[in-house]
Amino acid sequence: MSATTKTPTVPEGRTASQASAVTRLLGDRRLPVLVTAALFLAMYITGLSRYQNYGFAEPQVFLNLFIDNGYLLVAAVGATFVILSGGIDLSVGSLIGFTTMFTAWLVERQGLPLLLVIPLALAVGAFGGFLMGYVIHNFEIQPFIVTLAGLFLFRGLCLVISKESISISDSTVSSMAQTRVSLGLGELSIGAIVALVVLAAAFYILHYTRFGRRVYAVGGNEQSALLMGLPLGGTKIAVYTMSGFCSALAGLLFMLYIQSGDPLHAVGMELDAIAAVVIGGTLLTGGSGYVLGTLFGVLVLGLIKSIIQFEGTLSSWWTKIATGVLLCAFILIQRAMTARKQT
Amino acid sequence: MSTPSVATTSRWRALTHHNLFWPVAVLIALLLVNVPFTPDFFAIKMTDGHLYGSLVSIVLFGSPLILVAVGMTLVIATGGIDLSVGAVVAITGALTCSYISDQADQNALAGVFLAMGIGLVAAVVCGLWNGFLVARMGIQPIIATLIIMVAGRGVAQLITDGQIITINSEPYKLIGGGYWLTLPFSIFVVAAVVAVTVALTRRTALGLLVESVGGNAEASRLVGIRSRRIKIMVYMFCALCAGIAGLMISSNTSAADGNNAGLWIELDAILAVVIGGTSLLGGRFSIGGTVVGALVIQTLTTTIYTIGVPTQTNLVFKAVVVIIVCLLQSPKFRAKVFGANGPKGLRRAAAPAPATPAADAAPKMEVSR
Repeated sequence: MSATTKTPTVPEGRTASQASAVTRLLGDRRLPVLVTAALFLAMYITGLSRYQNYGFAEPQVFLNLFIDNGYLLVAAVGATFVILSGGIDLSVGSLIGFTTMFTAWLVERQGLPLLLVIPLALAVGAFGGFLMGYVIHNFEIQPFIVTLAGLFLFRGLCLVISKESISISDSTVSSMAQTRVSLGLGELSIGAIVALVVLAAAFYILHYTRFGRRVYAVGGNEQSALLMGLPLGGTKIAVYTMSGFCSALAGLLFMLYIQSGDPLHAVGMELDAIAAVVIGGTLLTGGSGYVLGTLFGVLVLGLIKSIIQFEGTLSSWWTKIATGVLLCAFILIQRAMTARKQT
Repeated sequence: MSTPSVATTSRWRALTHHNLFWPVAVLIALLLVNVPFTPDFFAIKMTDGHLYGSLVSIVLFGSPLILVAVGMTLVIATGGIDLSVGAVVAITGALTCSYISDQADQNALAGVFLAMGIGLVAAVVCGLWNGFLVARMGIQPIIATLIIMVAGRGVAQLITDGQIITINSEPYKLIGGGYWLTLPFSIFVVAAVVAVTVALTRRTALGLLVESVGGNAEASRLVGIRSRRIKIMVYMFCALCAGIAGLMISSNTSAADGNNAGLWIELDAILAVVIGGTSLLGGRFSIGGTVVGALVIQTLTTTIYTIGVPTQTNLVFKAVVVIIVCLLQSPKFRAKVFGANGPKGLRRAAAPAPATPAADAAPKMEVSR
């Protein structure tokens, strides 16, 4: 196993060219993203061949992936930032649930206009993320525990608002939820478009701004980042604030998608988000990964769901099992990659 | 450092620095909070040859949590974490109940024992898988156990076919809901598991090995400890505990629910371990502390019911407790808040010398409990 690992950067000689090509491929950070993209394509083509007569080939089936998973994409983008910085955020699902509940309550019970509620909900989410980031950085408590407390807190606050679900009949919400933007081949909902905009913004921030480089640096090696003079605390807090903001935005999209607030909405969504990030090839130790990979991760998870729907005979719990198996496979791929890099 | 004149204060200090002091103090405080609301809170009645009372029911309802938390303590002591216990609880319950429900005679002892055996073996296999991923493949414990946390519930639902399987088996009912010698039977199960764990970890070198693996896995390996084997063992033990808890939960309700059995129990268990004073960084653990921690959580839940706080604030309460406990455990927070002001800071500055040996001795003192 370790015979080929010593020469990752050796210029290829005649004999070693085969081996070094393999090492280079395994050492390439883009490999997991490519694997995920290939997996997505393979799954899509399988779906095409199996369910051709059931309308799987319609472009709308593909676009529905974005419509049905837009909120997950936004949450996963937030989680990507946190995981790239070497942390973890378990409060995503609760914060999504809380946002649906909070907005539904403000719009329906308090009669506030939606335009006022949206910035308010986003601010609450971002502030929640900020607080968690502040505690994680300033008191050096593990992110796992702090965001776990966040999970309890936001889920609890949902229940404090109301034990029953609140359905939203506000006309602005329903008209926004039903708006479809035509793309020629098919149509997208507002939620899907927002998700794509968030993805583009995250891509820009991560790869073309100073902050993006800091996130990678902090995730790669916190100590080195500190010694380089990077603002460690600021970066970490900003990352959790961003994750809180993304979760709140995901909550708004989820609210649009489902048009109600429920204290049990999005239970366990953090696992889906983390799974999408991992399947998208981001290293859970931080410092390596791409936000585009997260897109493919979300699409793969979404495709599993729609294939199970098309199959008809499979039950919903196969989604969980398939997600777990994929998660396992990708973690092992990551492990193989990092093992080669270290030796 | 301790002149005769301050002998009592130093004894007091030794007491407050005992690692069980704060968890026990919190537990007692929580129990006392109940008294004004239900004056006969501590009363234990004898009805039909069974003991009833709030204290008994706290232990009864808390027993699955205690079991899971004890297993979790050892995993955390090796510097790991096990998120899959909730899924393991669900799988064990589902397998056992579905096997029993297929039996012609659900009260047959052999069938019940076989069913329990099948469930526990499945649990241990889950633990083996976790241990394999963590120790052999070198994957971070959070991630490695996340796999079964996600997939396990799906598997449990697959076993129960997405339904709640109800059974009607007298012998099986005993383990989670039956009585023996006037006490709930599950108390004896918990006592046995805790006793075996304490004996194995404190009477043999096993506990020391676990702590040394948690302190520094690589160094332990170099001094000749098979740290991988210890890690795998610890995950298997944790899963076994979760499996027994799964039997208890499904037996108590006489039903297996793949979706909700043991939901969030991993979070409660981690919380119990943290309240009990085991550091999440590994390298040191206290089984006694964990048991007290689990009782604190169960008492908190009971208290919320009895004092009439709306039950939906339960989670907010829990969140506040987690935050306070974690902040108090954070050295940086203590330094910031208590560090620079007044006599408390002075005492802390003077304390380290006697405090450190006390903290070191504490885990060993546990042998005598």
